Amino acid sequence: MEIRKVLALAVVFSLFAVGFAYAGKDLDAVREKGFIQAGVNGGVFGFGMPDEKGVWRGLDVDTARAIAAAVFGDADKVKYTPLTAQQRFTALQSGEIDVLTRNATRTLSRETSLGLNFVQVNYYDGQGFLVPKKLGVKSAKELSGATVCVLPGTTTEQNAADFFRKNKMEWKPVVIESTTELAKTFFAGRCDVLTSDASQLAGTRAVSPNPKDYIILPEIISKEPLAPCVRHGDDQWRDIVDFSVLAMIEAEELGITSKNVDEMLKSTDPAIQRFLGVTEGNGKALGLDEKWAYNIVKQVGNYGEVFERNVGVNTTLGLERGLNALWTNGGLMYSPPFK
Amino acid sequence: MPEKAATNSTDTALHVPFWRDPTKRGIVFQVFALLLVGGVGYYLFSNTQANLARQNIATGFNFLGKEAAFEIGESLIPYSAADTYAKALLVGALNTIKVAFIGIIITTILGTIIGIARLSKNWLVSKLSGGFIELMQNIPVLLQLFFWYALFYEAFPSPRQALHPMPGVFLCNRGLVLTVPEAHPAHAAMFWALLIALGLGWGIARWARKRQERTGQLFPAIRVGLALCLLLPALVWLGYGAPSALDVPVLSGFNFKGGLTLSPEFAALLLGLILYTSAFVAEIVRAGIQSVSHGQVEAAMAIGLRPGSVLRLVILPQATRVIIPPLTSQMLNLTKNSSLAVAIGFPDFVAVTNTTINQTGQAIEGVALIMAVYLIFSLSTSAFMNWYNKKMALVER
Repeated sequence: MEIRKVLALAVVFSLFAVGFAYAGKDLDAVREKGFIQAGVNGGVFGFGMPDEKGVWRGLDVDTARAIAAAVFGDADKVKYTPLTAQQRFTALQSGEIDVLTRNATRTLSRETSLGLNFVQVNYYDGQGFLVPKKLGVKSAKELSGATVCVLPGTTTEQNAADFFRKNKMEWKPVVIESTTELAKTFFAGRCDVLTSDASQLAGTRAVSPNPKDYIILPEIISKEPLAPCVRHGDDQWRDIVDFSVLAMIEAEELGITSKNVDEMLKSTDPAIQRFLGVTEGNGKALGLDEKWAYNIVKQVGNYGEVFERNVGVNTTLGLERGLNALWTNGGLMYSPPFK
Repeated sequence: MPEKAATNSTDTALHVPFWRDPTKRGIVFQVFALLLVGGVGYYLFSNTQANLARQNIATGFNFLGKEAAFEIGESLIPYSAADTYAKALLVGALNTIKVAFIGIIITTILGTIIGIARLSKNWLVSKLSGGFIELMQNIPVLLQLFFWYALFYEAFPSPRQALHPMPGVFLCNRGLVLTVPEAHPAHAAMFWALLIALGLGWGIARWARKRQERTGQLFPAIRVGLALCLLLPALVWLGYGAPSALDVPVLSGFNFKGGLTLSPEFAALLLGLILYTSAFVAEIVRAGIQSVSHGQVEAAMAIGLRPGSVLRLVILPQATRVIIPPLTSQMLNLTKNSSLAVAIGFPDFVAVTNTTINQTGQAIEGVALIMAVYLIFSLSTSAFMNWYNKKMALVER
C-alpha cells in the first residue's frame, strides 16, 4: 500500500518534470490546440483590458488577434491570460502562454538571461510622471522628497531609481503589485507622483475620477520599446509573430486598410500583390496560408487603424502618433520589404 | 518453557530469509523509498538545470553581489539603490522580522486579554469580545489588510493639511509622524543600562522566589524590578547631562523631514495581522483556561485567593501548557501571512525578492531564497516555543 503510494507519487512527479521540460515546436503545439494563448496586461486601458461587455480590447490584444488571423485565418482564435508584470516572463518561459503581448520593454538582459526573443516593436514608449495639478510641479526635477507610486517588477522601478540617483534627489517608493490597486492608492493621495510608461499614465488618467486634475510632466526618462515576445527554441514561430506585427505596418505603408483590402486584391502593384498573396510565396516561406496577410488586414486592420481605434486622438487616451508614426511621416515604424 | 520458545524463535530467525523478517523488510522498503524520492528530486533538479541551460537562462546565486539599482521604501539599516541585491534582500528580511516580532508580541498580549474577557461574567465584556472574535476570524486577512490600508490613505489628509492632535505629532496619508529625541550617544548607554536593570530584576525575582519558598516571606520583586528599569537608564541620562534636544518633524516640500515616520503600509499590515491573529489566539486562550478543571478554581477560592490571584497563580500556569503548542502555530501563521505585504506595498522579504526576480530573471533562485528564509523564521520560532514549552512542562512537582 505504502509502496503503491510512493510509486504513484513518483509517476506524478515525473509527469510534472516532463511538463517542465516541454519547449519543443511551439508552432506545432499552437496548431494542435487550435488557438493562441496570449499573455496580456488585463488592466491597462487602450492596450489590454476587457471592455464592459467582457470583450478584450487594446493595441496588444489586436496584435495577438493579428497573429491568430495569420495562423488560423480567424482573429478570434485567441485566449487571453491576464498577467502581472512579475508573472509575465515566467508564464512565457514555462509554456503557459504561447506569446506575450503585454507592453513589455525589450532589453538586453531580458533577451539573453531570460531566454526570450522580442520581435518588431508595436509601441515606442517612454517613462513619465503623472502628478496632481494642485501640487504645482512643472518639471520632474522638482520632485525631490516626493513619495512615488511604482509598479513592481518592471523596468519602471529601476528607471525611477536611476533618475532620482542621477539628479541627487531623495524619494520614497511605494510599490504595490496590482496596477488597479496602485492607481487607486495614487488617486487617493497616498503618493505625490505616479510613474510608469507615458502611454500607461494616459490610460490610467483616462479612467481616473477627475482626469483634468492631473498632468503628465514633460520629462520622458527612458526608452521603452514595447514589443511582443516568444521564448527561445522555435524560430519559425518567432518569424510568424514578428511578421504579423510587421504586416500591419507594411499594410499601412502600402495604403491597404480593412475597408479597401478586397479592392486591393485587384491591384496591379507587384508589392501589394506579393503582400496580399495574389503572387504566391510569402505564405509558403513562413509556413502559413498565402492569405495570411490579407486575413490580418481584413480582420484586424493595418497599424494605423489599430492605433487610432485603441489609443489614438479620438479615443479617451488621445495619444498622438509621435514616434509610432510611419517612417515616411517622421516616426519609427518601418517594415522590411515583404519579398 | 518460555525460555525455550525464545531460543526457538532466535533459531528460526537465522533461517528466515530477510524478506520474511518484518524489521529487515521495513529497512529495505525505507531505503527503496528514500532512493526513489532522492532520484525524483535529482531528476527534477537536473532536468530544470538542463532546460535552463538550453534556453540560455542564467542560473546560480552570482546575482547577489551585483548592484540592486532599485530603491526600497523603508529600511531598518541604511540602504541605497547603489547597494547589492544581497543587502536589498537583507533589508526585506529585516522588515519581515520587524512586522513579525512586534506583531507576535502584541498579538499574544491582546489575544490573551480578549480570551479572558470572553469568559468574563460581565455580559457586555464577554459579548463584545465574542463579537470581535467572530468578526475577525471570519473575514479573510487579505481583505482586512486592504480595508485598513484604504482607511489610512482615504481617511487621512495630505501632509500639507496634516492632523495635528498634539504638539510634535502629525497624522496624514504619509503616515504617523512623531517627534523623537535627537540621536545622542547617551541613548546607547541608556539601552545598556536597561539591559543591566533587566538582568538585575531577573536575579531579584529569582532570589525573592527562593526566599519565599524557604521562609514564606513575600518580596515586591516586580515593583522593585520596574523601578530599576526606570531608574538606571534615567541615572545614565542624567549622567550624560540630560540631553533633551528633540528631532521635530517639519513640513518641507512634499513631506515631513525629520522625526520618526510610521508608514501607512506598515501600520495597516501590523494592524491587520494583529487583529486577525489575536482572534485565533483569544480562542486558544479561552480553550486553555476552560481545560483547567473547575475544582482547581473552587479549591483556590476556598483557600481565600482573590479572583485576580486565582487567574494568575492557579489557572494561567496550568492553562499555559495547553495554550503554547497551538499558540506557536498562530505565531507561525502571523509570520507567513506577513508576506501579504506585497498587496499593500510594504517592502517585506517577498516584495523585495519579487523585484529581484524580475530584474535578474532568476525565479528559481529567488523562490528558493523565499522558502529558505521563511523556513528559518518558522524553525527558529518553533525552537524557541518548544524550549519554552519544555520549561513550562517541567514546573510539575
